[in-house]
Amino acid sequence: MQEDTIVAISTALSNSAISIVRMSGKESISIASKIFKGKNLEEVKSNTINYGYIVDKDKIIDEVLVSIMRAPHTYTKEDIVEINTHGGIIPTNNVLNLLIKNGARMAEPGEFTKRAFLNGRIDLTQAEAVMDIIESKTNYSNELALKELTGDTKKYIQNLRQRLINLISQIEVNIDYPEYQDIEQITYNKIQDEVRSIKNELEIIIEDSKNIKIIKEGITTLILGKPNVGKSSLLNKLIKEEKAIVTEIEGTTRDIVEGQINLNGIILNLIDTAGIRQTDNKIEQIGIQKSKDKIKEADLVIVVLDISRKMSQEDIDILEATKDKTRIIVLNKNDLKQELELDKKFMNENIIEINTLKEINIKPLKDIIKQMFELGKIEDNKTLFANQRQINNAIKAKQSLENVLNTIDSVPVDLLEIDIKDALYTLGEITGENYNDEILDNLFKNFCVGK
Amino acid sequence: MKYDIIVVGGGHAGCEAALAAARLKNKTLLITSNIENIADAPCNPSIGGPAKGIVVREIDALGGQMGINTDKSLLQIKMLNTKKGPAVQALRAQIDKITYKKNMQETIKNQENLELKEAMVEDLIIKNNIVIGIKTDKNEEIYSKAVILTTGTYLRGMILAGSDKHPGGPHGEKESKDLSNNLKKLGFNIIRLKTGTPQRIEKSSINFSKAQVEKGDNEIRTFSYDNKAYYNIENQEECYLIYTNEKTHKIIKDHLNESSMYGGFVEGIGPRYCPSIEDKVVRFADKEKHQLFLEPESKFYDDIYLQGFSTSMPHYVQEEMVHSLPGLENAIINKYAYAIEYDAIDPRQLKRSLETKIIENLFTAGQINGTSGYEEAAGQGIIAGINASQKINNKDCLILKRYESYIGVLIDDLVTKGIKDPYRLLTSRAEYRLLLRNDNADLRLTEYGHEIGLINEERYNKFKEKKKLINELINKLKEIKINPTKEVNEKINNSNILKIKDTTSLYNLIKRPEVKIDDLKIFTDLNYEKEIKEEVEIQVKYEGYIEKEEKSAKRQKEAEEKKIPNNIDYNKIKNIASEAREKLNKIRPTTIAQASRISGVNPADISILMIYLKKEASNE
Repeated sequence: MQEDTIVAISTALSNSAISIVRMSGKESISIASKIFKGKNLEEVKSNTINYGYIVDKDKIIDEVLVSIMRAPHTYTKEDIVEINTHGGIIPTNNVLNLLIKNGARMAEPGEFTKRAFLNGRIDLTQAEAVMDIIESKTNYSNELALKELTGDTKKYIQNLRQRLINLISQIEVNIDYPEYQDIEQITYNKIQDEVRSIKNELEIIIEDSKNIKIIKEGITTLILGKPNVGKSSLLNKLIKEEKAIVTEIEGTTRDIVEGQINLNGIILNLIDTAGIRQTDNKIEQIGIQKSKDKIKEADLVIVVLDISRKMSQEDIDILEATKDKTRIIVLNKNDLKQELELDKKFMNENIIEINTLKEINIKPLKDIIKQMFELGKIEDNKTLFANQRQINNAIKAKQSLENVLNTIDSVPVDLLEIDIKDALYTLGEITGENYNDEILDNLFKNFCVGK
Repeated sequence: MKYDIIVVGGGHAGCEAALAAARLKNKTLLITSNIENIADAPCNPSIGGPAKGIVVREIDALGGQMGINTDKSLLQIKMLNTKKGPAVQALRAQIDKITYKKNMQETIKNQENLELKEAMVEDLIIKNNIVIGIKTDKNEEIYSKAVILTTGTYLRGMILAGSDKHPGGPHGEKESKDLSNNLKKLGFNIIRLKTGTPQRIEKSSINFSKAQVEKGDNEIRTFSYDNKAYYNIENQEECYLIYTNEKTHKIIKDHLNESSMYGGFVEGIGPRYCPSIEDKVVRFADKEKHQLFLEPESKFYDDIYLQGFSTSMPHYVQEEMVHSLPGLENAIINKYAYAIEYDAIDPRQLKRSLETKIIENLFTAGQINGTSGYEEAAGQGIIAGINASQKINNKDCLILKRYESYIGVLIDDLVTKGIKDPYRLLTSRAEYRLLLRNDNADLRLTEYGHEIGLINEERYNKFKEKKKLINELINKLKEIKINPTKEVNEKINNSNILKIKDTTSLYNLIKRPEVKIDDLKIFTDLNYEKEIKEEVEIQVKYEGYIEKEEKSAKRQKEAEEKKIPNNIDYNKIKNIASEAREKLNKIRPTTIAQASRISGVNPADISILMIYLKKEASNE
């Protein structure tokens, strides 16, 4: 097993200044030396960077730096070679193809990390965290991922597990030594208190962790408003200020994200809509239905109203359609005479007057968004789950503990223990302390190429 | 003279092994150093307890003798943990040591195909790593196809009281001198263990008025599924509860360095679960008192067993200690407490069939495998007897799984994890406790007992009838539905059942915590045996929990079905951690489930192992 040497481009494939091609496996140094002109790589020390050329027969492909890292003190615990090429899609691909021609195999998605895991370099939580680093787009999620590598979550969960184990052993001793009247009998009250306290702690992490989806995938933000209200200029101002990518990119949903901005580490995925005007036009109706679906999926809706115009039916429809959503009501064109009368019922909502033309209040708008998602508190030293699998397991464990609390008056103590043990087992799945091959299969499917 | 199977030792393991072997029509020889001591209970006069009591039920379901023999020899019997759930209830009996021995010896002497011989076995006869017989201390050679060693505490036995230390077995019997050395030469890792037993006190010298009385149950109880009661419920003997006091603790502390344990005279490792009184006083220094039970040993002599007071103090200190106890101020000590050291083998050198990995057709059971307790010994004994027979008759061995029996848990723990101190079975060792109940041992194991040939047709038919009746009653309860009429609600209210709001079946009514199956008599006749009704009540009432455990047991079952080939070469599997490789090589698990239970083998190793096995399979 794992006899072969794998290779992949480990940086994003773009016209950046430098790209890295990485190999792992026992042949990696000898394969690299076949196409390298410079020092004899097979003789250089471990953890050295070597200057030279990649050559195909006599033709020079690229001027490169080659890092040699010998087993076992490497990421995969195998020999690793990293070739820093001079960027560009074509030369990097040429180096990759040359290595494959000389005996390396194209790595499967997640294979480097899989090897690190299988070779005992990292445990399950760490493996997942690496996956998160690979996928993380912002500093926030990077921090989260790094934090997990240090084993914070693991320690926290281990502590909760230990408390469950303690509780279980207390129940066990009463069962196995019933004749010992001098051993304290665990009371239902005690079980109830401890189970409730553990459940509450889980609840807190679960709640805190819900922001993680937002941190990782961004806030799906819909800008809604009738035509000419200033939607697109707001969009452009938001995007312009952050100098973000304006090209169309695929979002996490089937929608086209018009733009993506980074608000001090929070991603806002801005989505355009067809509006929700009443219409008899069949084609337009389809578009309107789509908009309504989008409203449903959005994490945040920015409703743009024109302060200089009276409230129209369309404005009312928009406000009605988004009344249950997390939303900000933006009153644009505040330099003009106010004609708009906003009903009192909106007074407790987030309302801000802006002027996209004169760029007034764009920054306070962003502050409101940050405030709304309470992302400030993630910066603290909190224990958080880093992905949905962990959150789901925590929820499952929480439910088992709820079962205990719900049945505490009606079943004997050893049956309560079944649910306590369930919670213990489920928490063990988070830290990888139980064995379950489904986790592994699932996990490795989700890895993408390179670290 | 040639036998099919030789059983060495006549304790609880030896008796079950010999009886199973002989009943399976093998010409069997039971060799023991003293025939009079067959089925002796050298320690406490009780059988059963949490988990252990269920083992006795399992032995009975497989066709063993311990259950019936206990039923025939009762001084007192009770169900433990009745205030807790069905999974952890278990029987415990006080037995008459004389009657117990007599009954078992009678059964053994009357057993067809079973011969007895008095001798000390000191060596095995081995040919090509297969055992073919034994050699006695008189150099007599006896041949057989298989040998079962159930040597108890006799291997290099050493009796300790204070600094006094002399070789011997219980009751001043002779120890076996050479057998453990000879096992060592064959490649067995020998470990040294220790156990102990407390004082026996002259009954007439005790003032029981200061003690709390512990009675037997007011309901007929039996271990055997024969359900025959041999005792009179009114005539059960009483046990008594007393406590140690500050004076006792001071005596112990003052003389601590005179005890064998604390004086450094012991090399064996004692059981964590059964500490000596000096251990308790030292380790739980903040406890003001420890409880002790006074238990009668027999109706034929007057020894009272002082449970909880086991010690290795010299005799004169024991006198002081005993006399510090309430009601025992003038007690006469008939036998002093002593500790005993003995040799055992590392049970990781055994297969799950209890055959040794090194020597073919050699089986071991009981304390030689590192366990403590009569029940644990007997449970292994019957499995060793069955499997020795299966092996020499070219049949598949009986491997009980963890999710179907405590015996399975016990053996799997021993051979997979090994032991550090004498192993005692606890309910917490079982992960699927609710499946391993006292009430359903027969439902779990009778089929095996019948298939192997230890359960006869009469008993088997009775079992099938019981199963039929259980199903019948369950279906009946599902069919009968009651409506929330005023009349019905008045009726159930009179039985202290909460009112119903919707039409409901009797089956669903039982699921309510306040409803007992007999409460339903107001709606239908329930002309079934108590045993049937209890079984149905448990199955219905706890259905949700039972299903939950069955679901997770299924995961283990699937992993048990992933077999690891015998000839696997772990050195060929790259990337397995070296600790895991070493352990896998040593223990050689037979299934992925077993491998995953080895400490030091982590999930990553298991996944590498599984990938390797898949690859190997696809290469073939």
